[in-house]
Amino acid sequence: MSSTYIEAIRRALGDALAEDPRVFLYGQDIAGTFGGAFKATKGLAERFPGRVLNSPISEDGQAAVGIGAALAGCRPVIEFQFADFASVAFNQMVNHAATHWWRTGVPVPATFRLPAGGTPGGGPFHCQMVEGWLTSHPGLIVVAPATVGDAYHMLRDAIACDDPVAYLEHKHLYNHLRIDTDPSRAERLPLGKAAVRRAGRDCTVVSWSGMVHECLKAAEPLAEQGIEIEVIDLRCLRPLDTATVLASVERTGRLLVATESWPFGGVAAELCAWISEHGFSHLDAPPRRLSAQDTPVPFHPDLFRAHHPDAARIAAAVVETVEF
Amino acid sequence: MSDHRLALFRAMVRARVLEDRLASLYLSGGIPGGSVFLSRGQEAFSAAAAMQLRPGDVYAPLIRDQAGRLVRGETPLDAIRVHLGRTTGVTRGRDGNIHRGFPRQGDLAMISHLGSTIGTVAGWLMGLRQLGKAGAPGDLAVGLASIGDGGMNTGALHEGLNIAAVEKLPFVLCVTDNQLSYSTFSDRTYACRSLVERAAGYGLRGVAIDGTDPDACWAACRDAVARARAGEGPQMIVAKLLRLAGHGMHDDASYVPAELKSRFADGVQTYEVVLRKDGVLDEAAAQALWDEYRSETAAALAQAQAEPSPDPAQEPWTALSTRALA
Repeated sequence: MSSTYIEAIRRALGDALAEDPRVFLYGQDIAGTFGGAFKATKGLAERFPGRVLNSPISEDGQAAVGIGAALAGCRPVIEFQFADFASVAFNQMVNHAATHWWRTGVPVPATFRLPAGGTPGGGPFHCQMVEGWLTSHPGLIVVAPATVGDAYHMLRDAIACDDPVAYLEHKHLYNHLRIDTDPSRAERLPLGKAAVRRAGRDCTVVSWSGMVHECLKAAEPLAEQGIEIEVIDLRCLRPLDTATVLASVERTGRLLVATESWPFGGVAAELCAWISEHGFSHLDAPPRRLSAQDTPVPFHPDLFRAHHPDAARIAAAVVETVEF
Repeated sequence: MSDHRLALFRAMVRARVLEDRLASLYLSGGIPGGSVFLSRGQEAFSAAAAMQLRPGDVYAPLIRDQAGRLVRGETPLDAIRVHLGRTTGVTRGRDGNIHRGFPRQGDLAMISHLGSTIGTVAGWLMGLRQLGKAGAPGDLAVGLASIGDGGMNTGALHEGLNIAAVEKLPFVLCVTDNQLSYSTFSDRTYACRSLVERAAGYGLRGVAIDGTDPDACWAACRDAVARARAGEGPQMIVAKLLRLAGHGMHDDASYVPAELKSRFADGVQTYEVVLRKDGVLDEAAAQALWDEYRSETAAALAQAQAEPSPDPAQEPWTALSTRALA
């Protein structure tokens, strides 16, 4: 059996519903035969009557329902149609869910699914990578799977986790990424741990979500030039597995962080700051960020492709870092 | 009949005594941070609503629900500990004053963002349905949430209340229209004649009552909770009254005209007169009741003041319950 990234998400939701009566799904257009804007829940409403529920266009209300149901003892999975619209639920996620355990001692095991990242033509309100504003708040776990296996296991782990989890799923990967095996049998790494996707001695290249594949694409032409990059997939953005990155930088002496998100603040800035602070003596070149342009995400495909890093720009940045 | 009236009055007095003590403590510098928020003038509606609930129900109190919180089982000691930031309090000094609750028992710990708890109560009730714990048909677990005229204008309130209506939940929204959003009068915050007019827009049943009349509060709350429990869907009660205090103790409310204040009675005072006239209690019993709660509050305060404040060196400083990720 083979699986795409979106099929792995659907499989994880179905398996969670089948195995745990506390799980239910709540989101816009997810029920009936429609099965969601991206078909992540296609067929699940029929398989699990009464447990896949359509919501009004009310992101704040959806998140509030997730919090309340979690406190009642459920394991709700809240689907936002696009990660961009989760901004409407920002208050519920960061002020309500994320503070709850710390304030009361009672955790909020809610999962928020955020279809994130850019696809050509999506424009400013359907393409954003929102980890910057989600990761700055303590109490919220933020994950961003880059592989089909992680799409499955990290969603299962998110649902099983006692803390609230924002699950950022990359829309471009939905149908572009496929494995030839059952995703539930793919390797399962612990939540909170980064993965070395390619070993290399010359430069540590860190990314997450869709950008991991651009980094892996950049690795081959670089290898032909004699530059071996070590590609790390962060997987979990909050908490951040700084230990794996530091261990790699100790070997390579160089760090590039490639992100589809904006340059100001955010995960790339945090990681570069952390490595500068804790790994300064290992560095042979300044830690470098490769980010999106500091503008909203553009509509036209040509502008869109120029907005964020790609394999060629990553390779060029690696060469500059190695030659520093 | 008189049993519940006496119980209602007792709950009102108990809250008043506790809050008066917290207010004086604030003025003498005995509160370590923030303010003290008084429910003066709102005790009757708060207590009458909470008195309709039973174990297994969900309760989302707000700023001015000391009376309802006490009815639900909070003690004056619980309230004082949180105001003092004691490690023995339910928030262990991490949060203060009104941001406390007993979520495991269905009593939510509010956040400051008004309206946030409405959808949360709706979600709790939906969760009970999922778990098969919603209660027997006709005898459902009820969710009751407080909101004010100010909070009625938040997007969160709208989204949450609409979801409660769509899901036909056994939900009761108690709207206290105290005419003020902090210092702003309601002519600047809503344009309908009464907030109860909004009930029809959500497709739910609404009633408007005089919030200064404890008996009217009791009757409306009893009816609304009974209807919700019976499966009639969400209910809204709008109680009109006046906030007889500042927003918090830091606010002298000098912006409230004396003429307006003269038109709104203090339910605690008027109800005592009514109950004595009706023979529910006599002067000695009334005095004994006030004395009982003053002693209770004094003992609770003495105990809480002797308890430790949090030690920053002992604080684990993590916001995640998952130990492997902390």
